[in-house]
Amino acid sequence: MRPFAPPSPNASTPRGAPRLVWPLLALALIFTVDGIISPHFFAIRIVEGRLFGNLVDVVYRATPIAIIALGMAVVIGTKGIDLSVGAIVAIVGATLDWRIHMGDPHIVALVIALAAGLVCGAWNGLLVAVLDIQPIIATLILMVAGRGIGLMINLIYEGADPSFVSPLLQGLSTGHLGLIPTRIVVGIVLWIALWALVRRTAFGLFLEAVGANPKAAALAGVEARAIKFAAYIVCGFMAAAAGVILTADTHTSDPVSIGLYSELDAILAVVIGGGSLDGGRIYLLGAVLGAVVIQALTTSILTSGLPPEYNLVVKAAVVLVVLLLQSARARAAVARLATRRKSLVTRRTP
Amino acid sequence: MKRTWLPLAATIAVFVALFGVGGALYNHFLSTLVLGDILGDNAFLIIAAIGANFVILSGGIDLSLGSMIGFVGVVMAKLDMFGWHPLASGALMLAFGAGFGALQGLVIDFCEIQPFIVTLAGLFLLRGACFMVTLDSLPLRHPFVSEFAAVALPLPGDGFLASSALAMFAALAVAVVIAHKTSFGADVYAMGGDRTSAALMGVPIRATTVKVYALGGLYSAFGGVIYALYTSSGYPLAGSGNELSAIAAVVLGGTLLTGGIGLVVGALFGGMILGLIATLINFNGSLNGAWIMISSGVLLFAFIVMQRALVGSLTPRSAA
Repeated sequence: MRPFAPPSPNASTPRGAPRLVWPLLALALIFTVDGIISPHFFAIRIVEGRLFGNLVDVVYRATPIAIIALGMAVVIGTKGIDLSVGAIVAIVGATLDWRIHMGDPHIVALVIALAAGLVCGAWNGLLVAVLDIQPIIATLILMVAGRGIGLMINLIYEGADPSFVSPLLQGLSTGHLGLIPTRIVVGIVLWIALWALVRRTAFGLFLEAVGANPKAAALAGVEARAIKFAAYIVCGFMAAAAGVILTADTHTSDPVSIGLYSELDAILAVVIGGGSLDGGRIYLLGAVLGAVVIQALTTSILTSGLPPEYNLVVKAAVVLVVLLLQSARARAAVARLATRRKSLVTRRTP
Repeated sequence: MKRTWLPLAATIAVFVALFGVGGALYNHFLSTLVLGDILGDNAFLIIAAIGANFVILSGGIDLSLGSMIGFVGVVMAKLDMFGWHPLASGALMLAFGAGFGALQGLVIDFCEIQPFIVTLAGLFLLRGACFMVTLDSLPLRHPFVSEFAAVALPLPGDGFLASSALAMFAALAVAVVIAHKTSFGADVYAMGGDRTSAALMGVPIRATTVKVYALGGLYSAFGGVIYALYTSSGYPLAGSGNELSAIAAVVLGGTLLTGGIGLVVGALFGGMILGLIATLINFNGSLNGAWIMISSGVLLFAFIVMQRALVGSLTPRSAA
């Protein structure tokens, strides 16, 4: 389905489906281990009118990274990358807190904060699409400077208590709609909207075309610059949405540590979900699954009684295994080893 | 070829100009004391950036170096508790760094996974390993640490070069020889410039990839050893974010992140500029740390745009 690339040998396999096998397998493995360690892991009950349980908790905590990963998947689909999403989260959080302290109605503060995310995305898009700078470096600039900008915004109302209470914003972040946590609903709405944009519009087709083969796309009349520019704006908006959820959750603006490493987690989520950094494909479902895998891993380590300091090591190990499984060459090498041993065995036992 | 030197010349000019600004603003700024301090304080970062410079010249990237600095420190401090000499534990960690880097290079080339992702897993793995060794800051108590700190080369004026800065210059000299006088160095430049052509001309891609990441690991481990000796402690969060500072130093030093173009010595000046910005802002006293981040970002932006303009005139523009 890669529009301008030669058909791959296994082009007959349904698009996306085989790639989802690996994250699903990883998730199944993690949950199986959880089930063995603590039989009550999957118990879901209703407390105070909302769902409680480890599975709900995994999805709840994975939502901000999943939202960021959705935007990241779009950028990666155009053969780009956005290292600045963590910094955008910090800027959006600081903007939100600042506008609330200036006495704006909270809905206005929310709109301004989301607009700040769009501006950040436009800045990245300008560097990548207009100035033609390599994405990893272009977005490095905002990554380096962004948390500093957040701190400067905090300084505007220096001295005042930075914490805030907002029924609207905290409702979006930690509240619940009926039985379901609101942030999960927000995440699903954003996911569906993005899915419609990517799969139901020409824009989505152009996104993948630009990533798969920029020259061919240009020859076919696709305006590559505009498409890339738009991709970074989408990513900035998604990061802003996650920034609002994360900031409302902590009730304050903390640009130094909010969303720390979220750019790395989001990129990992996309890669675990089967997206290639070479671009040309956008797997939204994969990105969401990848974020859930990462969070399931973290939650499992915490609930299994392992010391939390094992968290990063186990995470790195699982990520490496998933990556190796996805690598056709690594799989082939393992298969070769297996068949060689098999043939040795058969030769020895005539 | 001369034009590829322009970014480095610009870097040196910016450094001199910033130093002059400092001299105009503050008394006693324009001294070898300040210069020596910048070199001594940032020696570990510059050493790691030299390694990152090689990796970037080859067309790759190494995100694991910050965690490597932290891991080397905590292991050295832990071994110090068992009575190891810092030189012995340091040598062990250098071997570990080279081995870890080689492994990353092998995974990158053999499994055809992007270096960004592999070294990102390396970042998590080593940082997690730090926490498994210790959750607290551990002191290095061996008498060698204070002996190391006592070594200093006096500079004209009242300044001096600390032992960490001397180690950095030694590491830089070795790196310059490797980059510009060995066939491996030529392979790195060839591979970074155009991988396909390099492979067709007989550059051993896999061996070069493994070696260049091994070199990156070795240098970041050496940076970690120097950091541990300089601070006489091992701290599990040490070096967090240094991978980005190192990449920024490499870019400021005039190396192109697409690979193939740049000079190893650029990492020295890039690292010195970052250190100078922090020093200038600390001298002011009324500006807070946010300014360090913002001015680093602004400078990075200016350099990247300048590189873009230079490279745009160096290479034929692609259709995209």
